[in-house]
Amino acid sequence: MRVVFKTSYNRDIDLHEHGQSRGKIALLAAIMIALPFLVGDYYLAEAANTLIWALAGMGLMVAVGHTGQVSLGHAAFLAIGAYADSALMNAGLPFVISFPVAGLITGLFGALIAVPAVRMSGIYLAIATLAVFAIVEELVILLEPITGGVGGIMAPSITILGISFDRYGALDHFYWLCLAIVALVTWGYANLMRSPTGRSFLAVRDSEVSARALGINVTRTRALAFGLSSGVTGLAGALMGHYIGFFNYELFSIFISINLLLVVTIGGLGFIQGAFLGAILITAVPQLISIMRDNLVSVGIDLSGIPGLDTMIFSLILIGFIIYEPTGLYGRWLKIRTWFEIFPLARKDMFRRQKSYLKTERMR
Amino acid sequence: MSLLEVQDLAIHFGGVKAVDGVSFDVAPGEVFAIIGPNGAGKSTIFNLISRVYNPTRGTIRFDGQDITGLKAHDIAGLGIARTFQNIELFDHSTVLDNLLMGRHTHRATNFVQDILFLPKVRREEREHRRRVEQVIEFLELEAYRKKMIAGLPYGVRKVVEIGRALAIGPRLILLDEPASGLSVEETRDVAFWIEDMRRDMGLTVLMVEHDMSLVNQVSDRVLAVANGQPLALGSPAEVQAHPDVMAAYLGTGAAA
Repeated sequence: MRVVFKTSYNRDIDLHEHGQSRGKIALLAAIMIALPFLVGDYYLAEAANTLIWALAGMGLMVAVGHTGQVSLGHAAFLAIGAYADSALMNAGLPFVISFPVAGLITGLFGALIAVPAVRMSGIYLAIATLAVFAIVEELVILLEPITGGVGGIMAPSITILGISFDRYGALDHFYWLCLAIVALVTWGYANLMRSPTGRSFLAVRDSEVSARALGINVTRTRALAFGLSSGVTGLAGALMGHYIGFFNYELFSIFISINLLLVVTIGGLGFIQGAFLGAILITAVPQLISIMRDNLVSVGIDLSGIPGLDTMIFSLILIGFIIYEPTGLYGRWLKIRTWFEIFPLARKDMFRRQKSYLKTERMR
Repeated sequence: MSLLEVQDLAIHFGGVKAVDGVSFDVAPGEVFAIIGPNGAGKSTIFNLISRVYNPTRGTIRFDGQDITGLKAHDIAGLGIARTFQNIELFDHSTVLDNLLMGRHTHRATNFVQDILFLPKVRREEREHRRRVEQVIEFLELEAYRKKMIAGLPYGVRKVVEIGRALAIGPRLILLDEPASGLSVEETRDVAFWIEDMRRDMGLTVLMVEHDMSLVNQVSDRVLAVANGQPLALGSPAEVQAHPDVMAAYLGTGAAA
């Protein structure tokens, strides 16, 4: 087990405890940056998709994982981000302005929704956010001049400083753009979690009554968390719009909300890394299943005639995770790492006390 | 001039008069204990002072200011910290983070500065960390700094909660049964800490406690309550000898 000898408080405040973990992040960044030279267009597009999902996952993680607010309405925030960005670009604004403004609009909308909604918690909040989702879906159809109504809208091609970041014309550029945005948001998120704001989120999640006793304004903190959550999700929505190219309201269905919830739950509630692991699982596994099915054809087993088989296998994997590993992929990774670090002293019950995060109703 | 003045405090839940006409005042630097049988309304008095409940009647003044109309999250900023009878720590955070959460009222940065982690945030964090380290040293929590609360033994959690209250940097600290569930040695530690809080930190302590040895050892004055009503107020010896107090604890036959 690695023991870090700390000689200043800065070592506690830094994002990385020691040089080795800094090195790992640098290596990961190098591989991600070099990816366009390593893989073909198909996998690069999939990687960009995974990054966008990870961004949306981080957005939801702020609310569900770190503040204990379950939301079934985050597809609505994806939609608002996507439509706001495309509409602003259609109005003539460049991407560098329309993109942050789209995030800001979504964030403000989320905070506005949060003012009444954060007084609820658990299943009631989930239902309220579901209602928000239904309202936004109708609004998208009604606001036809901006959103294109049922017909849909074309996401304009991205150009920054004369360089094209078009999703089809310059896929590697688009991928790097997604990577840069995701890296920036991850950095901001990690900063947030080591600062007073992040700690107040955790406090509100774990015990509202003692958060109040420490001087934390619970309502305002939850509204801020929900606003930040929807803002980041809005950014992901804007990128998703560009990734899909041409979209209408059907892109942002309730299933997207549920998938997002799965990203954070299966990835590992309360860990930024969980959003990434969950996003990889959600985007890669369906592809993997269909590739495997295609390969089975060559050995004489044809399963292409059975409808819904992919979805069923995918669902079984998800259910298995929720039953057998409630701490998610990242929780499982932590257990494996600890097992190796303290080998051979690991005990079977070491992680028994882990509990779920969705329990802010204690005082009610 | 008393630091905390409670006048004719009452709260009724429907027909239940949980607290009914309790008055007392706590002088600066005093250790004041509230005792009474189970269900006497001791913790309810704490919840009224820390504004979890709204009183039906009566006023609470802290340092001359009427705090009866304030919100629960305004109390810590005035310098009133509290612990809970059933430990209310943040289970999924480390001891260090729990103590740092106690520094919330001293935060000087907003969320935008936090996200960018500007140099000011780091400077503030170092200061929070330094203050928290003093608390860790005072309560001898060094070995548990990076441990998750969820895996800690009961006695340590109890101490961490006192630490979190101290991290607020309060003038008045409300301890709700600080010795309940602790061993004899741990209770003795708590008694020393209460003495030190008063002597070295200049704190005023208001506590609810069942352990009479602790009450006798540290408190200047004691208020006995039963069924929400005050029975006796005075030095620990006076209160324990009071016939009404004996009746409340032992039944009327013993008092006669």
